[in-house]
Amino acid sequence: MKQYMLAVHSVAGAPTRSDADTQIAYAQTDKINNELQAAGAWVFGGGLLPPESATVVRVDDGRATMTDGPFAETKEQLGGFWVIQCADLDEALAWAEKCAQACMEPVEVRPFQGLPEN
Amino acid sequence: MDLGLVYREEYGRCVATLVRLLGDINLAEEAVQDAFAVAVEKWETLPPNPGAWIVTTARNRAIDRLRRESTREARHAQALLLYQKDEPGEVGPVKDDQLRLIFTCCHPALAPDARTALTLRLLAGLEVPEIARAYLVPEPTIAQRIVRAKKKIRDAHIPYRVPRAEELPDRLPPVLTVLYLMFNEGYTATTGTLIRTDLCAEAIRLARELAALMPDEFEALGLLALLLLTEARRPARLGPAGELILLADQDRSLWDRALIAEGHDLVRRCLRRNRPGPYQIQAAINAVHTDGAATDWSQVLALYDQLWPLMPTPIVALNRAVAVAEVHGPAVALAVLDDVDIPGYHRLPATRADLLVRLGRDAEAAAAYDQAIALAGNETERDFLLARRAGLHR
Repeated sequence: MKQYMLAVHSVAGAPTRSDADTQIAYAQTDKINNELQAAGAWVFGGGLLPPESATVVRVDDGRATMTDGPFAETKEQLGGFWVIQCADLDEALAWAEKCAQACMEPVEVRPFQGLPEN
Repeated sequence: MDLGLVYREEYGRCVATLVRLLGDINLAEEAVQDAFAVAVEKWETLPPNPGAWIVTTARNRAIDRLRRESTREARHAQALLLYQKDEPGEVGPVKDDQLRLIFTCCHPALAPDARTALTLRLLAGLEVPEIARAYLVPEPTIAQRIVRAKKKIRDAHIPYRVPRAEELPDRLPPVLTVLYLMFNEGYTATTGTLIRTDLCAEAIRLARELAALMPDEFEALGLLALLLLTEARRPARLGPAGELILLADQDRSLWDRALIAEGHDLVRRCLRRNRPGPYQIQAAINAVHTDGAATDWSQVLALYDQLWPLMPTPIVALNRAVAVAEVHGPAVALAVLDDVDIPGYHRLPATRADLLVRLGRDAEAAAAYDQAIALAGNETERDFLLARRAGLHR
């Protein structure tokens, strides 16, 4: 088994979704979460609050400093993510397709670095 | 005994089998290269089945290598795995191994440029400098593309398998593209080099396996037919002095009748299904060229008109213009060409020059030939254009 992160990217300034669509996306995402769990692919997942809620901690010369806001001031920000486990990239991509359809946002698939394979 | 020939014929097959046994592309390549190094020392005559010999030797070499490096647990486990595998088969599984490797190399998660480079490297056994030359790209760029692609296959766990039937429509097109490009590299590159002829043969062999595995994928059959009908004309393509001979002037008795019959049969099978895709239509165009004593250009033009909406590329526009010239005359074709732009491609000014000659506008034709000559990278084609230019009335 191999672990992958499916990262949901939201684009700041993109046309805002209607409340109805947002509710649909939430409901669909709940359904996918259940499917992932039933299939034994679920490791962890969750949606994130907007980038304004972020704080970045840096350590320079042993001194920690904190700044308000996200690490990179880009238009695309991480909106949420799943960590899943499956046999290979094709399985991960099949889940990503369902996830992207459910949450109505693009989903980036990234393998984890050298995690133990069971 | 020609070891170079064995290398070109067996390399891709052996690498594909070793990838299956080892689950590791780099290790598979190293092991096959090791085995060929052993063959150079040991072979006095050709063994009965050189491919099987190479595979067995490569497998043993890989076991040695893994043992030496087995300080790491994982390597040891990999070596153990190898011991448990059956003796490599001689023919049976080999076909599937190669298809699996092609589909791995052409996975949509890999960049399109990397797909071609990796396939040419692993399945056609081309070296990095050869691939770089074929694409007019610096060697380090190609090397980097190949390294990155292999790394992604390993890190992201891109599976080594032929896709399931429902995935095929999405996964097949890049594979067809790669085989088509592989054949073209062999067909239109610098003349006379054996390696390039081999490349055509290799592309045809792989297209055959693909078509056999997926008889319901009509574009796969179309691609095979296209390659066969193109290859069939190769014996007539160059004259005694290695000079280029155009289709109209070719000695048709030199064409390979068996390949033409096979190609026509495939085209008929596709036509019965009547779901034409770009490869099937291009195959049909080549079927018209190879049917009877002369090309029926109105049929060719009708097929290009059908191809155009599916494949609106400038190359198709250029080829269509050639058919327009035969059906409606050079003046009409020249007007069609005015809308075509393919920067750096010598065939465009060469075609324009040919049309201008037919219209008796020799001075303009000479200028167009000069442009084409400056752009032609292939010596045979350049010599052809120089001869044409020299033949103009001044």
